[in-house]
Amino acid sequence: MRSAIVSRPLDPAALLDEVSGISNGASILFVGTVRNINDGRDVTGIDYAAYLPMAERELAAIVAEATERFRTPDIVVEHRLGHLALLDASVVIAVAHPHRAAAYDASRYIIEELKRRVPIWKREEYVDGTREWVGTAGTQKVESRRQ
Amino acid sequence: MTITTLLFASYADALGIESLRLDLPEGATVDDALEQLRTMPGGERLPPAPLVAINLAYARTDSRLSAGDELAVIPPVAGG
Repeated sequence: MRSAIVSRPLDPAALLDEVSGISNGASILFVGTVRNINDGRDVTGIDYAAYLPMAERELAAIVAEATERFRTPDIVVEHRLGHLALLDASVVIAVAHPHRAAAYDASRYIIEELKRRVPIWKREEYVDGTREWVGTAGTQKVESRRQ
Repeated sequence: MTITTLLFASYADALGIESLRLDLPEGATVDDALEQLRTMPGGERLPPAPLVAINLAYARTDSRLSAGDELAVIPPVAGG
């Protein structure tokens, strides 16, 4: 069981190696990557930022929960910060378990909790050169109507 | 008492600052701290009930603060 928030490129194959073992019949590798369209806008890259000490703590807590809930110690998660280009991996979750159902469930649990709880933010860059924090545009629209 | 307040992402952009010290009366709550932030330029862009954390753990906005606490005001998270 391990988690890390890093500023270097992620190596999914290395994480898969790290969790594999002779007692595990199933390994699930989830790779989150930067895609080219979000909400209909052409994205050229993403800057990831975090409240690092809390993000590390929250991610470690999620991995510990998954370990307990799905009964496997073989979980490794890394999330990358900084500037990422299209296709770059932003998050990698490797889970291995004796059986596939629990491995799938653990992988899904970790990504959903990560998205809900870990204080990480992304600022998308668009073809026209503008940049915007994701998840806040709606709020700002509401507020600007109020003014 | 003095607490450290951290702002991130869109909230840091709104107020033009990432970290500041706030002077608050003893027994003050997170809501009191947020009220002070809202009087600052750009502070009106903070939502009515933002996510907050005290000393690295999520907290409620009616939580009491203690001297030396680190209060983080957390925009909607978007990891992954």
